[in-house]
Amino acid sequence: MTALSHPLTYQVNLTSPKTLSAYCDDGGYQGARIALTQFSPEQAVEQVKASGLKGRGGAGFPTGMKWSFVPRKATKTENENTYLVCNADEMEPGTFKDRLLLEGVPHQLIEAMVIAAYAIGANKGYIFLRGEYHLAAQRITHALNEAKTANWLGDNIQGTGFNFELHLHTSAGRYICGEETALINALEGKRANPRAKPPFPQVAGLFGQPTIVNNVETLCNLPHIFRHGIEWYQSHAPESDAGTKIYGACGRVAKPGLWELPMGAPIGKVLNDCAGGMQSGLKLKGLLPGGASTDFLLPQHLDVPMDYDHVAKAGSRLGTGGLIVLDDKQCPVAMVLNLLRFFAQESCGWCTPCRDGTPWAVQLLEKIEQGKGQLADIDELYRLCDFMWIGKTHCALAPGAV
Amino acid sequence: MTHSQQIPITQVDTLSAAEYEEIDHELTLLETRQAASIEALKIVQRHRGWISDQSLKAIADYLQIPVADLEGVATFYNLIYRQPVGKHVIHVCNSVACHLCGYDEVLRAIKQHLQIDYGETTADGNFTLLSNACLGGCDKAPVLMIGKEHHGNLTSTSVIDLLNSVQGENLGEQEGSKQ
Ligand SMILES: NC(=O)C1=CN([C@@H]2O[C@H](COP(=O)(O)OP(=O)(O)OC[C@H]3O[C@@H](n4cnc5c(N)ncnc54)[C@H](O)[C@@H]3O)[C@@H](O)[C@H]2O)C=CC1
Ligand SMILES: Cc1cc2nc3c(=O)[nH]c(=O)nc-3n(C[C@H](O)[C@H](O)[C@H](O)COP(=O)(O)O)c2cc1C
Ligand code: SF4
Ligand code: FES
Repeated sequence: MTALSHPLTYQVNLTSPKTLSAYCDDGGYQGARIALTQFSPEQAVEQVKASGLKGRGGAGFPTGMKWSFVPRKATKTENENTYLVCNADEMEPGTFKDRLLLEGVPHQLIEAMVIAAYAIGANKGYIFLRGEYHLAAQRITHALNEAKTANWLGDNIQGTGFNFELHLHTSAGRYICGEETALINALEGKRANPRAKPPFPQVAGLFGQPTIVNNVETLCNLPHIFRHGIEWYQSHAPESDAGTKIYGACGRVAKPGLWELPMGAPIGKVLNDCAGGMQSGLKLKGLLPGGASTDFLLPQHLDVPMDYDHVAKAGSRLGTGGLIVLDDKQCPVAMVLNLLRFFAQESCGWCTPCRDGTPWAVQLLEKIEQGKGQLADIDELYRLCDFMWIGKTHCALAPGAV
Repeated sequence: MTHSQQIPITQVDTLSAAEYEEIDHELTLLETRQAASIEALKIVQRHRGWISDQSLKAIADYLQIPVADLEGVATFYNLIYRQPVGKHVIHVCNSVACHLCGYDEVLRAIKQHLQIDYGETTADGNFTLLSNACLGGCDKAPVLMIGKEHHGNLTSTSVIDLLNSVQGENLGEQEGSKQ
């Protein structure tokens, strides 16, 4: 594991994350120094655009393009602000990659946020952390204090004239807060229902001001893009999207866990080489490639490269890149029922199709699971799925559920 | 099962000096008073174990927002308790990886051992049992959280040992209320 082969994870230490000085000894804050001294903010955005980095929060939206939507103003009035928010609300069932980065190398995220804030012109930022990640909260708080003391946060950072104030906000446990507009409502202290898009947060987000919300893993790519350059970044995955990706596997596989691989690693490589295949006596029946809101893939899909386009072509979505593996001794209906119960419970209740549709689907599946299902129930499920599809609800929770 | 009687239920609708001080600290960092609502709820809960109607009103008054708005926030979150809870709150993950790895047996063992169901508190006020969405420990499924601590790779026997060791800890400590 080197800085060049495993940029996101080579500094991870889960037992005791590196102090600022140890992190710096191994290349830490070099990317930020380069970004702040060798690039103008506009050039930094162009650099990220050219790198090909796409959002790792699940939707895969090109990060540089997203940043370029933030309006730039030469001078801001007192009431004008631009905000940077890190989405660390990780609650998608089967997803645990951001936790590794938060607990294992908190300085990497802070360094990344300094770069992102500089590029988009934000002087204030928040890390929105899910409430259950107590250990991460403790470690981030410690790292934030170190970074402040060393002038990697605060006023006139490293003498560059750039000011950036970064705060940790810990949430209190609700899945929908991870949706970026719900997250913004939560940060404002309001009930965390999503907002209608457009306007997108890039234009009108936190307190009505331009706001960029990026996932933890997305941000953590930045120091390395600036430290080692675009060519290096793209060389990881010449056939696919750029960079590396943290893949995961859970369910009854031999060795569940997380692995950083070049973007576009085949599903079979993650499942068999990394996770050691199924536990003995079990066979693969199907899998969700990237969290609870992605669609099932089958054993015939093992050679599908895990990047945004290929997984979409296979009929699902890369999502967060964490495989949830179903074996042949488990009931698929019971698994889907578990997933739907989750969505029904976590629906924020704003849109009727989602609020009423998810529990209705749960009831139908309960009937089917108990062996009392009828063919008409299947038709009914299809009809419900149609009601909850994209465009009929305010956010992607309901389409994710079906 | 009854809820714990040991938790002091404040009748007064003001907050303590320490609570005001902690909330004031948050307010210095935030743009609006309302933005402190989750933090304020957590601060008061850390002091009192849960959020009573009186506490809710006191916080809303201090943040200068309608009680109904703050109630909308308080009831939205899994980790804000609007009812009294025991010293240790157990949050059992019931999401998909834990389902595939047999959390239901672990849950059955807990319920049998403590003689309580979801949402209930043991008669001695030591444990409250709640469910939780994915705790982000899917590679160690089944997983649960007691207070701030996560525990993984549980079986129906290891979880009983865990409960016993938590019970054996210095019961004077207010671990369960430190959310
Ligand atoms: N990491 C986790 O724990 C979870 C991740 N997800 C993932 O979230 C994804 C859905 O997220 P959404 O934010 O609803 O997806 P989205 O596609 O609406 O947005 C993705 C990002 O691109 C931006 N964007 C999209 N279209 C844009 C446009 N036309 N103009 C400007 N900006 C635009 C959005 O502001 C957002 O930041 C799913 O793919 C799912 O996999 C879902 C649940 C939990
Ligand atoms: C219901 C729902 C929950 C979400 N939860 C998360 C989350 O926990 N973490 C995250 O990074 N993105 C989550 N997202 C996606 C965000 O809305 C947004 O797309 C993402 O933070 C953008 O960051 P990225 O461009 O870096 O991927 C969620 C989306 C939906 C619809
Ligand atoms: S789709 Fe569901 S979760 Fe999303 S806004 Fe509507 S009700 Fe809320
Ligand atoms: S599903 Fe239980 S920890 Fe993720």
